[in-house]
Amino acid sequence: MKVSVWRGAREGSFQEFDVPRHPSQTVLDIVTYIQRTLDPTLAYRFACRVGMCGSCAMMVNGVPRWTCRTHVDKVAAGERLEVAPLRNLPVIRDLVTDMREFFDKWARAKGEFRGRQTRQDDFAKVPPQSEERVLVDKGIECIGCAVCYAACDVVKWNPDYVGPAALNRAWTLVKDVRDRGNLDRLRAVSGDAGCHACHSHVSCTERCPKHLSPTAAIAGLKREVAKAVLLGEL
Amino acid sequence: MSFRTQAALWIAQRASAAVLAVCVVVHLVTIIYAVRGGLTAAEILERTRGTGWFAFYSVFVLAVTVHVPIGLRSICLEWLRWRGRSCDLALLLFAAFLAWAGMRAVVGVFA
Repeated sequence: MKVSVWRGAREGSFQEFDVPRHPSQTVLDIVTYIQRTLDPTLAYRFACRVGMCGSCAMMVNGVPRWTCRTHVDKVAAGERLEVAPLRNLPVIRDLVTDMREFFDKWARAKGEFRGRQTRQDDFAKVPPQSEERVLVDKGIECIGCAVCYAACDVVKWNPDYVGPAALNRAWTLVKDVRDRGNLDRLRAVSGDAGCHACHSHVSCTERCPKHLSPTAAIAGLKREVAKAVLLGEL
Repeated sequence: MSFRTQAALWIAQRASAAVLAVCVVVHLVTIIYAVRGGLTAAEILERTRGTGWFAFYSVFVLAVTVHVPIGLRSICLEWLRWRGRSCDLALLLFAAFLAWAGMRAVVGVFA
């Protein structure tokens, strides 16, 4: 089949390769075949190959996907495939993006856990069925692949926007009963660069390979911020 | 603009949207009802005089005045990359224009 692959960095062009088809072939198999057989200079990133590490995400026919878990059969329209680096991130070379901005935004959204207890305290007991823990469970499985970030139009229009993954992370901490950093966190995720920038297009939720809903997390943050502002806590 | 003000703007936009949802439904139903007997200036003015409609459309204009500039602020930021004090000031002036134009129409038809 004909496969078009992005070559270059910000400036560049698509290069076409002829790749043999195989049963159960993934897009990562295709990219690996090109790099190992047709052009060893092709740069791309992968690690686990089984949907655990989140490092092989790319644009496949215009849609952000994990290439290791995407079968060619399901996405190759008319036996053609176009593979490009993730949208909304600077391209280092070919299919490799610079993820620093993506993870820096997690830090800006106060995505780090700030515990209340010391090492002398006993373990915190969080009932698995408690309302907060159920909400945390819905968002905690994010592996930071940046598929949602690449799918988000608001990130494209407003580069300061921290994006769905960082806000989803912040939401899991806001609902973590052991965390004490919530007021700082709510300040960090408010406003034009935070949750209020989201238009609820739901692209992040639509594309998340883990079937998480950053849209719901962002809506939750909007509610928490509104509550804190109305109560005069922020 | 502080994060608190930005959050307050978001609350104001959602609250005004809720008011507008009711206002638009009432407005549309009224239009459909009113045109049954023909649409003349005399018929409209006869129906619209009264403090009830005046109050209703004043609330409608107020909700539009709050809602529209906040939405335009996002459009300015995302499409024009226009942000900061100049943008906020321009939108404040636009809000004043909406209030003036809207209330002028309300006073003309309902007062």
